[in-house]
Amino acid sequence: MFRIVNKKELNSAVTLLEIEAPFVAKKAQAGQFIIFRVDEFSERVPLTIADYDREKGTVTIIFQKVGLSTNLLAAKEVGESIRDFVGPLGIATEYEGIKKVAVVGGGVGCAIAYPQAKALHKLGAQVDVIAGFRNKDIVILEDEMKAVSDNYYLMTDDGTAGEKGFVTDKLKELIEAGNQYDAVIAIGPIPMMKFVSLTTKPYGIKTIVSLNPIMIDGTGMCGCCRVTVGGETRFACVDGPDFDGHLVDFDELMNRNSIYKEQEAQMKESHVCRMEKLAHDLIQ
Amino acid sequence: MPNMSLEKMKMPEQAPDIRNKNFEEVALGYTAEMAMEEASRCLNCKHKPCVNGCPVNVRIPEFVAQVAKGDFMEAYRIITSTNALPAVCGRVCPQESQCEAQCVRGIKGEAVAIGRLERFVADWYMKNCDEMPEKPEQNGKKVAVIGSGPSSLACAGDLAKAGYAVTMFEAFHTAGGVLVYGIPEFRLPKAIVQKEIDKLSTMGVEVMTNMVIGKVLSIDEIIDDMGFDAVFIGTGAGLPSFMHIPGEALVGVYSANEYLTRINLMKAYISDYDTPLRKSKAVAVVGGGNVAMDAARCAKRMGAEKVYIVYRRSEKEMPARLEEIHHAKEEGIEFHLLRNPVKILDDGNGQVCGIECLKMELGEPDASGRRSPVPVEGSNYVIDVDTVVMSIGTSPNPLIRSTTKGLETNRKGCLVVNEETNQTTREGVYAGGDAVTGAATVILAMGAGKKAAAAIDKYLQTK
Repeated sequence: MFRIVNKKELNSAVTLLEIEAPFVAKKAQAGQFIIFRVDEFSERVPLTIADYDREKGTVTIIFQKVGLSTNLLAAKEVGESIRDFVGPLGIATEYEGIKKVAVVGGGVGCAIAYPQAKALHKLGAQVDVIAGFRNKDIVILEDEMKAVSDNYYLMTDDGTAGEKGFVTDKLKELIEAGNQYDAVIAIGPIPMMKFVSLTTKPYGIKTIVSLNPIMIDGTGMCGCCRVTVGGETRFACVDGPDFDGHLVDFDELMNRNSIYKEQEAQMKESHVCRMEKLAHDLIQ
Repeated sequence: MPNMSLEKMKMPEQAPDIRNKNFEEVALGYTAEMAMEEASRCLNCKHKPCVNGCPVNVRIPEFVAQVAKGDFMEAYRIITSTNALPAVCGRVCPQESQCEAQCVRGIKGEAVAIGRLERFVADWYMKNCDEMPEKPEQNGKKVAVIGSGPSSLACAGDLAKAGYAVTMFEAFHTAGGVLVYGIPEFRLPKAIVQKEIDKLSTMGVEVMTNMVIGKVLSIDEIIDDMGFDAVFIGTGAGLPSFMHIPGEALVGVYSANEYLTRINLMKAYISDYDTPLRKSKAVAVVGGGNVAMDAARCAKRMGAEKVYIVYRRSEKEMPARLEEIHHAKEEGIEFHLLRNPVKILDDGNGQVCGIECLKMELGEPDASGRRSPVPVEGSNYVIDVDTVVMSIGTSPNPLIRSTTKGLETNRKGCLVVNEETNQTTREGVYAGGDAVTGAATVILAMGAGKKAAAAIDKYLQTK
């Protein structure tokens, strides 16, 4: 069992949990992920590591409540435990040769972009962060990002915070203004990563994206997380999750990630029943 | 006088049209009377050809003689002197190509039902006098076992008996490896596997789940920092192979590993579990091994109306156990033999709507000795399916070899070991099972685990 030691609601849909997992904390690096399972009946769900504390032996995850499992996880409180927490999985992000970088985060993807910015900042690289959200209500990690970046650009779709526009608008503007980035790291919804990659392609800037396909084991056994990169089949769990954004078939990934849409909707309904049952059991 | 019936005693089974809708065990096992009658078919041959057919050399005629006499306890003792997992092997070994293939009774008629007898003895013991083993006296030495499938269970068991403090590291949330995630409940009830793991626990084996070795800990850290005196690697087969034909990335294409893991380990067949699985009406499983049969039979049980096996050679070349092929057919699985998929068809929304196959003819034998299939030009046809399960093999997992110095692998990525000792190219590090051989059988993996345990014991006694 893995105990929750800290919990924060970052916005109405996004939760931060700090979880005791000393073995994982000891080895975790930016870009790697964990797989959690809330209880015996839950799915195995991968989440990229947002932060870790080797001394405390804790790992922080930040996630959006989207399906049944993330809702169950978000319902856990400090002091409670979850059944399984395995990691660190995947290959850590490779930073060699990066002296100036644009880190682009979209929505809850900022949670994963944050450790990237932090690691690069620590390595002495110049870090420009572009963070995009739909509106001001869901902005997360603003102070944290500012602390680990040289320039922080906040973008919202409706202009209620920062500048109005998409992250790609700002990225293009910065590149056009003469910023010479050694790499762009883009983490967020698949369409955002796709369009960031399309934006950087004409300039030939190396673009790293962190993919989030459906997974089960996370060790290269099930093949569920296969993605097409440069025309080849790669397994995000052992070959990734980082890939060259200019080579990823994003449309295929988006299609594959939609496989359980129908079941997800049904499960969310049954989730309400299960939460009620849990509450009932607690009262008993 | 031996019982001269030419046929094996039939084993009671659930009726096909009932069992293909549930996940309860298909074969129900012999009664004591049936077992004794079947055992009396054994001629007790002096040269014991059956024993040579068994990868762990179970003393078959001896145990069968005890069954015939009704001394099931003694039969159990004889089997377990060389085989730690008889309830498992009795159910999943390919007896027809091992012990039973050598049986003299098989020359005229059917071989003695050695597998069924082994299963009977193991089940009888579990039901009647299942004592948990005691924790043996400890010798103060520590061995790490990586993985918890058949090779690891056998290795851990023998080492624990010899007094070693064994820690078994499992990547998944439940121990048992392929016995739990791969082989379905209806062929191998998970309670049997759990029982074996519980026995190991009472013998002092510590099972650590959620530990992906190669990531969370390296082999070097296990030895240098954690103080283990030896390591056994039994990490099994790894990445699933695909055919590299158009359409394999469509929604509705699974690897057999994923399909079976969702159903068996993640229990998609029990409504209490949250595991999603595609609601399939028609499923094509590509391949001819046990895994393909398991996937096809699972698909049927999950409610698919039509389930097809698509295999590029003929039935004779199928690597699956005869019993599985037989059971699959009885359950309504349709076989498209000498057919090779060339394309998976898109319904226009990124979902599978069919599989295009090419007819094949058998040509000359290839390196494996099996006649190789040759395509018949222009014979393409489409099977309408909404789901395709690829069950065409695996390649070894890279996580340990890529993070451990000095571990040699062969061209295929399998760990290289000394055949006598199962030691890898690193001192104190042993390996066995599919990680060494590539996809093979439970019993071969078990045999390798036992061999490695003996070699580890010898190594640590002299160290």
